[in-house]
Amino acid sequence: MTTVAVKPATMAQALTRAMRDAMAADPTVHVMGEDVGALGGVFRVTDGLAKEFGEDRCTDTPLAEAGILGTAVGMAMYGLRPVVEMQFDAFAYPAFEQLISHVSRMRNRTRGRMPLPITVRVPYGGGIGGVEHHSDSSEAYYMATPGLHVVTPATVADAYGLLRQAIASDDPVVLLEPKRLYWSKDSWNPEHPTDVEPIGRAVVRRPGRSATLVTYGPSVPVCLEAAEAAQAEGWDLEVVDLRSLVPFDDETVCAAVRRTGRAVVVHESTGFGGPGGEIAARITERCFHHLEAPVLRVAGFDIPYPPPMLERHHLPGVDRILDAVARLQWEAEG
Amino acid sequence: MTVMEQRGAYRPSPPPAWQPRMDPAPLLPDAEPHRVLGTEAAAKTDPELLRRLYAQLVRGRRYNAQATALTKQGRLAVYPSSTGQEACEVAAALALEERDWLFPSYRDTLAVVARGVDPVDALTLLRGDWHSGYDPYAHRVAPLSTPLATQLPHAVGLAHAARLKGDDVVALAMVGDGGTSEGDFHEALNFAAVWQAPVVFLVQNNGFAISVPLAKQTAAPSLAHKAVGYGMPGRLVDGNDAPAMHEVLSDAVQRARAGGGPTLVEAVTYRIDAHTNADDATRYRSDAEIEAWRAHDPIALLERELTARGLLDEAAIEAARQDAETMAADLRERMNQDPELNPMDLFDHVYAENTAQLREQRALLRAELEAEQEQHGEHGEQKGGTR
Ligand SMILES: Cc1ncc(C[n+]2csc(CCOP(=O)(O)OP(=O)(O)O)c2C)c(N)n1
Repeated sequence: MTTVAVKPATMAQALTRAMRDAMAADPTVHVMGEDVGALGGVFRVTDGLAKEFGEDRCTDTPLAEAGILGTAVGMAMYGLRPVVEMQFDAFAYPAFEQLISHVSRMRNRTRGRMPLPITVRVPYGGGIGGVEHHSDSSEAYYMATPGLHVVTPATVADAYGLLRQAIASDDPVVLLEPKRLYWSKDSWNPEHPTDVEPIGRAVVRRPGRSATLVTYGPSVPVCLEAAEAAQAEGWDLEVVDLRSLVPFDDETVCAAVRRTGRAVVVHESTGFGGPGGEIAARITERCFHHLEAPVLRVAGFDIPYPPPMLERHHLPGVDRILDAVARLQWEAEG
Repeated sequence: MTVMEQRGAYRPSPPPAWQPRMDPAPLLPDAEPHRVLGTEAAAKTDPELLRRLYAQLVRGRRYNAQATALTKQGRLAVYPSSTGQEACEVAAALALEERDWLFPSYRDTLAVVARGVDPVDALTLLRGDWHSGYDPYAHRVAPLSTPLATQLPHAVGLAHAARLKGDDVVALAMVGDGGTSEGDFHEALNFAAVWQAPVVFLVQNNGFAISVPLAKQTAAPSLAHKAVGYGMPGRLVDGNDAPAMHEVLSDAVQRARAGGGPTLVEAVTYRIDAHTNADDATRYRSDAEIEAWRAHDPIALLERELTARGLLDEAAIEAARQDAETMAADLRERMNQDPELNPMDLFDHVYAENTAQLREQRALLRAELEAEQEQHGEHGEQKGGTR
């Protein structure tokens, strides 16, 4: 390993840099969406791209999500690599028809003759005090659609690396950007910016022996915080950052759970029908004999995303995670 | 005096930024659908083109009949016939150059075949052995689109991309009258006009969306009028007049190629058959209506013109029929063979590379197939003796 020349950067800056580097390296990469040009996007993630590459490469589109993704399909058919920005999680829903009926299926429909290398960037999740329609966690909808890759970074390095990988992928990739982490900084090595694991691999962010927290995106820092707090109670918690929901890294997750024998899945999305149910089922199917307790889920409540003044009650926080960890001292009844 | 009492004298100036974007008049469609047959323009039309159109119409009608027959034999799951609409289908294909792209809907198999796709491959979706049977790049034909109007933004994106690359490629996208109510229709037209993309939108107004008549679909004066709101010209054309269709679509294609932007063409036509073989059209329309449209049949109209001008004799008509019969016989024969299916294909084109999950599922199916084969083998031997 090289010595790491680390530089603090925000996740938003790393995402911008990923697009800039991809556009510079490959003239077929086009960024498009609402307000992505002069404004640089409402989160400034496309800042400067229109200026540097021109409006043909970074395009302010009309305000229509199905139209944005639908025209991106045609552009990809003609050999371009569109990177589409959806302004907010809940405003991507008009584009679901295109996503589900065409983007995810065109390769399959045409027996591999017409792959669609489209990246769909979706700022998602809560915790920023957004009003209704600005805080949804829509990952389960994407996960339920075969043909899509679904990835979500929790670190600055992953934000850069996963976006570069998404753009380079010949398959459509939905990149869920935890908007709560846009302004978070951590160390990032700009000398080796793509030095991260590939799409499809999970990473153990914190090794531990007592139990495994399985999580992703905005909940990763919360779980790390919970792991620190748990030390006081004598719990040595492991934190696995999934990074990629589709494909799913059964291997890393199961290896971790087999080591600790206990698992809690943590995410903001609703629990019922949410990603945690799938993850818990996979763990149970594969690690049943290693489990000392049922796989638990700490998720958002099964309610429409709450108004901002109440969202702290909804979002899984350290205490709720620690409560679940306490419940892992499970003893069969009777 | 109160403000109300001043009414009439009060003349506010227009808001500061307001000015009309353009004069809408040149964008408006003609009051009547454009026609060539039966007018003086017909005499000026290239006889070679008229003969080509005729041969393709006859072929197209025969194809519709053959495909419908194949549904009765259970060879096709379903077939949406375009009988009565052949002139739109054929003109859509013939108005394009080889480098251009066609974006068809599920009813547009004829246009796909007229563009050069193998007649059997064009039916794969409807036979049910795969979702699309042809290579879209081989003939520059997108897969037949089943969700209504969703292929229209694809056409816009492709045309836009081609222009960005400096290629003078045009995309022609087809949609039905019902499809014009979908959001994707609106979004596609809007994007195309804003980007000045080289696209031609062809609406085949065949009167019905399954059972729903146009009057319940839209309150617009005509579907072609919708173009004006987006800032592109709308053209109204007799969809059963093959040379008129060819002329209007060719003009629109040329205009797009020359950088003039998109055009919306509404073809006024009629669906003679039911929506599909599974539909009962007697529930929503009368025999009288159908008879009136039969009297305006696209093949008969063109045949009359060609015969009157001495461009077509009995022998030529017979030759066109023979050609269509040969095509139909070939189609029938090849469609009556069971397609070779490999269930392992199910996993081959979901992603560029299979995920671990799909690799597992693939192995499961392989094991199931092997077990099945073994069983059949034993079974076959046992039964073989008694049979
Ligand atoms: C998005 C969507 N909604 C509903 C359907 C079911 N459907 C298939 S054809 C049809 C009617 C379409 O009518 P029109 O656009 O006029 O085309 P036509 O069938 O007359 O050619 C409907 C409702 C569909 N295919 N796609």
